[in-house]
Amino acid sequence: MFIFFKRLLKNFLLLELLQGLRVTWRHFLGRKITILYPEEEIPKSDRFRGLHALMRYENGEERCIGCKLCEIVCPAKAITIETYQRNDGSRRTSKYEIDLFKCIFCGYCEEACPVDSIVQTEIYDYCFYDRNSCVITKDKLLAIGDQYNMDIVKMKKNDSVYR
Amino acid sequence: MSLNILLGIIYTIFKIIVIIVPLMLGVAYLTYAERKVIGYMHDRLGPNRVGKYGLLQPIADAIKLLFKELIIPTKANKYLYMMAPVIVIGPSLTAWAVIPFTETFVVADLNVGLLFLLAMTSLSVYGIIIAGWATNSKYALLGALRSAAQTISYEIAMGFCFVGVLMLSRSMNLKDIVLAQYGGVFSWYWLPLFPLFIVYWISAVAETNRAPFDVVEGESEIVAGFHVEYSGIRFALFFLAEYANMILVSVLCVIMFFGGWMPPVSPDTFIGGFLFNYVPSVVWLLLKSSFFIFTFLWFRATFPRYRYDQIMRLGWKVFIPVTLIWIFVTGIVIKFY
Repeated sequence: MFIFFKRLLKNFLLLELLQGLRVTWRHFLGRKITILYPEEEIPKSDRFRGLHALMRYENGEERCIGCKLCEIVCPAKAITIETYQRNDGSRRTSKYEIDLFKCIFCGYCEEACPVDSIVQTEIYDYCFYDRNSCVITKDKLLAIGDQYNMDIVKMKKNDSVYR
Repeated sequence: MSLNILLGIIYTIFKIIVIIVPLMLGVAYLTYAERKVIGYMHDRLGPNRVGKYGLLQPIADAIKLLFKELIIPTKANKYLYMMAPVIVIGPSLTAWAVIPFTETFVVADLNVGLLFLLAMTSLSVYGIIIAGWATNSKYALLGALRSAAQTISYEIAMGFCFVGVLMLSRSMNLKDIVLAQYGGVFSWYWLPLFPLFIVYWISAVAETNRAPFDVVEGESEIVAGFHVEYSGIRFALFFLAEYANMILVSVLCVIMFFGGWMPPVSPDTFIGGFLFNYVPSVVWLLLKSSFFIFTFLWFRATFPRYRYDQIMRLGWKVFIPVTLIWIFVTGIVIKFY
């Protein structure tokens, strides 16, 4: 009988509903966790593995020597390289392409590279307007490397402490 | 003589416009408020891209809905299908005729205002049923059936709440009801009729088919209920009617239980007299009802949807007995004091 009245009281006083309302009210006044994306961004790690880039030496010479280690280590087989012998006798790439639809952004190519030529940048907000342009060519990779040279160097330098 | 009639008609039309235009704006910004409030309760920000703080969002929504294609399903009953939104929106706007915004401003000062309101709020369910039936879709039909059963059950509890109010005020005229509550917070009817107020408020949420009683739309079960196949401006009309009803039941709640246009302090005291005389009385009505409108959004952010049989149980086996008992108690108190 006592339990019956206790339950009746609990149900009719709507206590549990009021508790629920209190929770939502607290959240109503609380801090919002939304990040307004184009204006704000989540901080990125220095090890962030984004879009690829090919680097140059300071005198403008391409770092890539066409050793094809990245092509071999690539688990997704996203990298295609063709080489030729340049007039000074050194081996250079005539074609260096990364299929970004295949790429899984594992970062092995960067680790395999003996001359720190292929690197991954912090860039992640890129897009293609047709399916063919998902394959980025050597020119584009070098252009990315040139454009974001300072950022990439800084990022790699920050991270080198922990490697 | 005929000039007087003409002037009277023009004056009435003017009053109608004065009510309808702010109401429509209010509905538009209620959708904005809903998205914003629910967003905040979810720790989100809500719409904030169109205009400053997203304030132009309702206008953008309205323009989008106006320019959308009007689709009529092949097997639908075309006339009823097109009529239904009108039948829904018509009564929910008509009901505003008897609402006294101040002591003098009311379109139709009916002596049976309460009955009129009850009739109008139950009429719009016909629109929903017709919409569900004329669409010729199983989801719409299910939604319509649910809506019929739910609205009828909660209408009864709601009607009993009205009975409690009119027993105390001895009038069905909404203006007289407010005047009978003359005084501060503690002379309003929410205190003597507290259980009826709670029952009224929950039934009002059920009547307007809002969460947690929104099985009529029940998007996780029956897509969108009665308006699955509606698009463009016809869908907007259903939407408009739903939000106009929300505002209506909130205003009605304030009029019946929270002293209408009365300021929170009794007008006989010094502060109350000041508030009563120098602040437009419609402000109090709107302030009080905006709190109730807010609770609609608050409920939606808080409570999960009722199961259908639980809704029926709550309506028939809890609310109706509670209201009956309280009417009985009120009757005894009135008789012996």
